[in-house]
Amino acid sequence: MYDVLIIGCGIVGAATAFELSKYQLKVGIVERENDVANGTTKANSAIIHAGYDPMPGSLMARLNVRGSALARELCAQLDVPYLPCGSLVLGFSTEDEVLLKELFRRGTQNGVPGLALLTGDEARALEPNLSPAVTAALHAPSAAICSPWEYCLALAETAVRNGAQLHLETAVTGLTPTADGWRVETSRGVLDARYVVNAAGLDAQAVHEMAAPSSFTIHPSRGEYFLLDKSEGDRVGRVIFQCPSRVGKGVLVAPTVHGNLIVGPNAEPVEGDDTATTAGGLAYVRQTALRSVPSVEFRASIRNFAGVRASTDREDFIIEEAAPHFLDLAGICSPGLSAAPAIGEYAVELLGQAGLALERKADFTASRKRVRFRELPPEEKARLVAEQPAYGRVICRCETVTEGEILDALSGPIPPRSVDGVKRRAGAGLGRCQGGFCGPRVLELLAREQGRSPGDIPQDKAGSWLLACETKGGHADV
Amino acid sequence: MYDLIVIGGGPAGLAGACAAWEAGLRRILIVERDRELGGILNQCIHNGFGLHYFKEELTGPEYAGRFIEMLRDTGVEVRLDTMVLEVTDQRKVHMVGKDTGYRVEEAKSILLAMGCRERTRGAIAIPGTRPAGIFTAGAAQRYVNMEGWLPGKRVVILGSGDIGLIMARRMTLEGAKVLACVEVMPYSGGLNRNIVQCLHDYDIPLYLSHTVTDIRGVNRVEQVVVSQVDDRRQPIPGTEMVFDCDTLLLSVGLIPENELTRQAGIAIDPRTNGAVVWENMETSLPGVFASGNVAHVHDLVDFVTAESQRAGTAAARYVLEGEAAEGDALEIVNGDGVSYTVPQHVRPGRVEKACDLFFRVNRVCGPSRIKVTSGDKQIAAFSRDYLAPGEMEHILLPRKLLDGASETLCVSIEEVESE
Repeated sequence: MYDVLIIGCGIVGAATAFELSKYQLKVGIVERENDVANGTTKANSAIIHAGYDPMPGSLMARLNVRGSALARELCAQLDVPYLPCGSLVLGFSTEDEVLLKELFRRGTQNGVPGLALLTGDEARALEPNLSPAVTAALHAPSAAICSPWEYCLALAETAVRNGAQLHLETAVTGLTPTADGWRVETSRGVLDARYVVNAAGLDAQAVHEMAAPSSFTIHPSRGEYFLLDKSEGDRVGRVIFQCPSRVGKGVLVAPTVHGNLIVGPNAEPVEGDDTATTAGGLAYVRQTALRSVPSVEFRASIRNFAGVRASTDREDFIIEEAAPHFLDLAGICSPGLSAAPAIGEYAVELLGQAGLALERKADFTASRKRVRFRELPPEEKARLVAEQPAYGRVICRCETVTEGEILDALSGPIPPRSVDGVKRRAGAGLGRCQGGFCGPRVLELLAREQGRSPGDIPQDKAGSWLLACETKGGHADV
Repeated sequence: MYDLIVIGGGPAGLAGACAAWEAGLRRILIVERDRELGGILNQCIHNGFGLHYFKEELTGPEYAGRFIEMLRDTGVEVRLDTMVLEVTDQRKVHMVGKDTGYRVEEAKSILLAMGCRERTRGAIAIPGTRPAGIFTAGAAQRYVNMEGWLPGKRVVILGSGDIGLIMARRMTLEGAKVLACVEVMPYSGGLNRNIVQCLHDYDIPLYLSHTVTDIRGVNRVEQVVVSQVDDRRQPIPGTEMVFDCDTLLLSVGLIPENELTRQAGIAIDPRTNGAVVWENMETSLPGVFASGNVAHVHDLVDFVTAESQRAGTAAARYVLEGEAAEGDALEIVNGDGVSYTVPQHVRPGRVEKACDLFFRVNRVCGPSRIKVTSGDKQIAAFSRDYLAPGEMEHILLPRKLLDGASETLCVSIEEVESE
């Protein structure tokens, strides 16, 4: 019997598990996929928003501003790549300037620190590659960028290290109320819990309706992106937005914590979790981005991807007890990544109000550290390799990821089950060759360390098989 | 302090090191990131290597083996499983290996021989889902030839580069069904002999002026959609063909691997994506040379060998005789029909008998004249029956002709009326 069972291990589920794992509770997390961070969490703009966009008084506004502040501490504490680079919202017309003033007003009301309205020239002085057509900008120095999947992993791993139990490849199929909580039917058997938290992302409506009458509708909204090589990584130093519209925050151009440039997204309604990219969507993203930063070199593109936001028919996040002992954390679209740790805090607060006893653990482990070989100074590299030679073998040449780092990932609290699982943990395959060189070697390490056949190891989710069969002669062993 | 550090133990590095040894250097180190020498040749188990250089048909590993044998008779030092992390403008080379540790070695000269990598799906922005089953042709080649695994059974190949063509045959021989090879240009990017021996011989259709416009499948490729393109390479609606397949191989171009080169502050030519080089393959950083696919993408390893021998010899000369005195330099200009040249500039005073000039044309040409001019003056002309972007061209410019040039040399293509 779990005290709390969380459904879904994206950033919201992970943040809630992290927060709950500080207390003397038996916490479980069920995740349908074979890894955490495998839905919206891994495919978004990777921005920790300052918080000037949401309407004052909304949950979005409060949790965004609080979440951004927490992110700064958490990323340092849990060794998550994070860069407080600031952001600019660009204006190109007098109408835009009216909107920028409105954002400034909202932001000030929301408690966003350091906001400033700039002229076009002042904005270009900060970011020389901005278009000459920019007439005004809103500068938000507290905006930041992060690695969203590492953020989620760090929270989930820390929760697991503090006793939470993660069930991967476990889909929830039914919820039945019991005398002291819920009976949770899954693809891998029945679990019992006193409290259930619905953090199922795009499936939050379906999970909600297993427990309570329908009360909201998810309208999935897809955003498509370009990821550009590091040669474009310093095209801008800040997150560059255009003025937001009703459908979203518009197309941005931003550096990534891995040194690349990200460009996107558009916003298109889709069915379910359709993350396909389209020729039209990508063309729109490209043209729109060039309005902000005309010199972006799209020939340096190394990957396109799309993510789907769990937008709903409501304006705000849906964070409420939908049935006794059943808490919805639903409709967490943008700024969900920014708000996540505050959502986790708030969820615990609501569970406490609903009767969950919250006793702090004395021995909570709140730190996490991993080796990032590439970032070490030469003396440190030399020392590390002398002590542990596996850090001397470079597996991913584009990102300089070593065998030692991959072995670390394989022995972590949530071991990867796929080639992309290794990518999310160690960074192998993130670079310009997109795993062309290191893919076979990562597969070899996964097979060797986990005692699996290479033919059984997927690229990413279960079913994404990589190898059809052995060749006629079988393994050549060279 | 080494006389020469060679970065990369593929065909370019091997030939460069051997030539430098021949020319008298004794303290030479090859740094190779893989567990054995030979580079990408080790996974190229088909034949056709060495026709020019050895006048016989070898497989890739055999070709590499010849040079590894030659190297055995020298005192060249080799560090395997060792990756170079940085080259400084002071010719200090930072390297790391599981067995060799982290070291910084200094050299009087350096040969950059890192080869190239394949362009990926992201580089050409193919829309659709992102399932497993999309491989670059070279990655698939590694799985089949080195790891002993077939990556898929029903295959479409995008791009008609040589590796894609070779893999069409290889996958077929391993029992896969190759449904189509699709090329966006109106001509193939590969060698004609590969079109014949790898596609025609196996009845694999080649769709010129077509491209992949959609990829379908959630976890693994299920279908790809192929459309015809117009003369601006834009898909023509209504021409879609749907192929049921589990694998898409990409052979859409190679990019020289010049991250170390850029880091060292060496000038890069955006046309070749390789270092700007002089007639002896020396880069903008004196004493640092580049040859093989890191300098520009070759079609035949034989030419990589020849170019790298020149580079190795030049590195030896640099170490033994000192820096070349500044002399007159000629800049080589790309005229009509030419997309790049290597070298990009020439010091006639450093040319002994003749200067090798490599280039590619930017369109398919029938009977043509290759003209080399300096200002208004024609320096040389060469006839060709056929020119194609997929086949690298080579001309030799004798020293005495270069002496008649000043400031620039322009290479251009003039199609001639066939008689």
